[in-house]
Amino acid sequence: MDVSPEYAVQMHDITKVFGSFTALDAVNLDVKKQTVHAILGENGAGKSTLMNILYGLYHADEGDIYLNGEKVSIGGPNDAISYGIGMVHQHFMLVENFTVTENIILGDEVCSAAGVLDMKKAREDVLRIVEEFGFEVDPDAKIEDITVGMQQRVEILKALYRGADILILDEPSAVLTPQEIEKLVEIMHDLVSKGKTIIIITHKLKEIMSSADECSIIRRGQYMGTVDVSQTSEAELASKMVGRNVNLTVEKTRAEPEGVMLEIKDLTVTDERGIEQVKGLNLEVRSGEIVGIAGIDGNGQKELVDAIMSLCKADAGTIKVGGQEIQNTSPRNVLDHSLVTIPSDRQKWGLVLPFSVAENSVLERHGEELFGPGIMLDYDKIRSHTSKLIKRYDIRPSGCEDERMSGLSGGNQQKAIIARQVSYVPDVLIAFQPTRGLDVGAIEFVHKTLIAQRDRGAAILLISFELDEVMDVSDTIAVIYHGQIVGSFEQGSVTEDELGLLMAGGGAA
Amino acid sequence: MKAVTSFLRKPIASAIVAIAIGFAVAAVVLAAAGYDPAASFAALFSGALGKPKYIANVFIKATPILLTGVAVAFAFQTGLFNIGAEGQYILGTILSSIVGIMVDLPPIIEIPLVVLSGVLGGALLGAFIGFLKAKFGIHEVITSIMTNWIMLYLCNFVVGSNTFHKPNSTSALPINPSAYTMILPNWKKSPEGMAALDNIPWLKEVLLKTDLNMGFIVAAIVAVLAGILLARTKLGFKLRAVGHNKDAAHFSGINVDRSIITCMLISGAICGLAGALNITGISPHTITLLAAQEGYGFNGLSVAFIAGCSTVGCIPSSLLFAGLLYGGMTVQQVMGAPSDIINIMIGTIVFFTALPGITPILANWIDKRRASKADALLAAEAASATGDTPREQAAEDLVTDASNNVEQEA
Repeated sequence: MDVSPEYAVQMHDITKVFGSFTALDAVNLDVKKQTVHAILGENGAGKSTLMNILYGLYHADEGDIYLNGEKVSIGGPNDAISYGIGMVHQHFMLVENFTVTENIILGDEVCSAAGVLDMKKAREDVLRIVEEFGFEVDPDAKIEDITVGMQQRVEILKALYRGADILILDEPSAVLTPQEIEKLVEIMHDLVSKGKTIIIITHKLKEIMSSADECSIIRRGQYMGTVDVSQTSEAELASKMVGRNVNLTVEKTRAEPEGVMLEIKDLTVTDERGIEQVKGLNLEVRSGEIVGIAGIDGNGQKELVDAIMSLCKADAGTIKVGGQEIQNTSPRNVLDHSLVTIPSDRQKWGLVLPFSVAENSVLERHGEELFGPGIMLDYDKIRSHTSKLIKRYDIRPSGCEDERMSGLSGGNQQKAIIARQVSYVPDVLIAFQPTRGLDVGAIEFVHKTLIAQRDRGAAILLISFELDEVMDVSDTIAVIYHGQIVGSFEQGSVTEDELGLLMAGGGAA
Repeated sequence: MKAVTSFLRKPIASAIVAIAIGFAVAAVVLAAAGYDPAASFAALFSGALGKPKYIANVFIKATPILLTGVAVAFAFQTGLFNIGAEGQYILGTILSSIVGIMVDLPPIIEIPLVVLSGVLGGALLGAFIGFLKAKFGIHEVITSIMTNWIMLYLCNFVVGSNTFHKPNSTSALPINPSAYTMILPNWKKSPEGMAALDNIPWLKEVLLKTDLNMGFIVAAIVAVLAGILLARTKLGFKLRAVGHNKDAAHFSGINVDRSIITCMLISGAICGLAGALNITGISPHTITLLAAQEGYGFNGLSVAFIAGCSTVGCIPSSLLFAGLLYGGMTVQQVMGAPSDIINIMIGTIVFFTALPGITPILANWIDKRRASKADALLAAEAASATGDTPREQAAEDLVTDASNNVEQEA
């Protein structure tokens, strides 16, 4: 495509090589001024690398960058900022106990002649931008007191304060509720109408359909083309991204649940700071069904899982597995009752990264006689057990038994955990954010595995911050808000909007 | 070249490179101070290896630091920093001295009894530190350092007490000879023994002029067992899992608190063993007033780090360390150079082994350089074959390629 001032950003034939790995291979990107342009790709496809090059964090080995039709060389983030490029990272970079104003001016402080911080002027500057763009943000609120959606707006304000005309948003909706996502889309369109250009990095198709004008697709470092969003469909985008046809709807038969396997009654849990996070929660999961818990992060999901696993104390109430109380015992006892959990943070709770894949695959079960007589471990048996899991669950690279777990990609690490937990043949399987950070192909695998486990007769509790996931996979959908289940529905009997309202504490149920 | 890079990728390479750098730094310091480095190193080697009795003394000196090294390495592999090896060692010497003084049984019972009391002392102290960490979250480094001093003064208290003090000396009473672990202690001094040894002069020298004892063999066995425990048993699996990721270990049903206490108990027991073997194995066979820490525990840290925290690796590393310390004394006698030079050298070695990432990076760099040179040569050949570019041009490319590469690495 020709270089023209019509385009805010043009990146031509960008190639970036890390060692022997080509992250980007002659990728093109042409972003028209005053549009929302989405960059779609699976994890590791190279979309973040491309944006990091634009923001000056990496340098391209080959290729040119043009801003408003002029060739530029971006040496670092400071150059990028001076060219009017701003970036909002997926994980917010905010100081929790600072106010909104303090966070916005941090690193670009307004000082009087003697080098003293001029907070009054800073506050006025911030207020001016807040009003100009119609953000509903209180400049004096502390970050720790405002919602995640607000925090994101503060991040956007930070970029605008530095004079950004081109905004890069990295996975902006990952942490938001449906209502907050709607609000974000509104904000994006508003910013565009005020002359800004927005690039969003995402692997969520729905979001692209609702917010973007154009979408460029990257697959394994290759540029797959740019499409006009109004002329395409989710299915087309998905197949372009993955390179094969992906089944976006989760296929499953009707659940045939039996007796209650997991029963939680009046559970109350307090976190380390002494705040009651789970407040008299009641929940039942039957064998052969998937109960999904929808809710925004921070409404007691973590404490619920911790209490089930006996990682923290339940102040009141009971948790029964197959009729036996397991609360306030030990993780070992919970596992012995055939309840296993796929943890939300795989690297923190699920894996010992410096251990080999084989060692990780017996983390819970290394004590069994199967893996060595008496006090000794039999590594040959562990290895052959692992080989079976690797083959069955297609963990890559194949033959990775002796590789360190840290060498596997995120998706394969997750597969390794799921393979391990499923090999336990549990009666109850808790899946907490099982698809976090995974791409479409891997998500499909996780969902299929959960459904297969359900069909085997396991009771499955799926806790996810992704409303779509809960709605697609669960047989019963429960909503958690402020540590309580505020609504429970059969799949198909409730709309996304109703659930979203409940998740945000609205409505009576 | 291939051999060089594959060697550099091995863990042992960093230790060898560090040792070489240590010698180089010592040579510079020696030369700067006006001593001949070559002659000094010659004195060092002959002081450590020159006579059979020197070698025997190196083994004797290596015994306690091998054990404390194994203790530190063991704890380190399970995520704990046992800087309290010194205190656990001292408690080992105290308890085995007390038992050795008060109990007098036939050697076959006496020796295990005295040694085990030392082991028990170290184990209990280690477990106590582990308990404080597991139950109250007090960092083991802090409690270890505290207990090091408490044990030092406890030792001085026992030495000075009426029951154990040896009159007109700075030490406690020696333990009963039935607990001695020197090799053939009585036979070697008997007339028959002397007569037999006359025929084998080196053995005579070793046995009569040193306290050669069973300690090193025991210590080496412990090093191997500790390695097997970590790598091949269910307990070792648990301990390592806790060391690498406490949260994941807890999540998968491993009792983290118990693991921490167990690990410190084992580590402390090994330190206690070091103390016990010194009491039973070398004169004065008892504890003495301590003005400062003797450094057995702290030298154990150095031994463990030179060994890359491999318990078996502590065997050669403790011998190297003991050799340097013992041979260093000769450097002082022969050359007049201060033995502090040896401490500088040891410090340098430890410093450079603490940077284990260097050698693989070096290997990558060499590989990359070679690859780019090969590419350039291929290009040059191809070019000259087709006749597109003159050879000179290709050669120039090669030079720029190589220098670019250097810049990138820098």
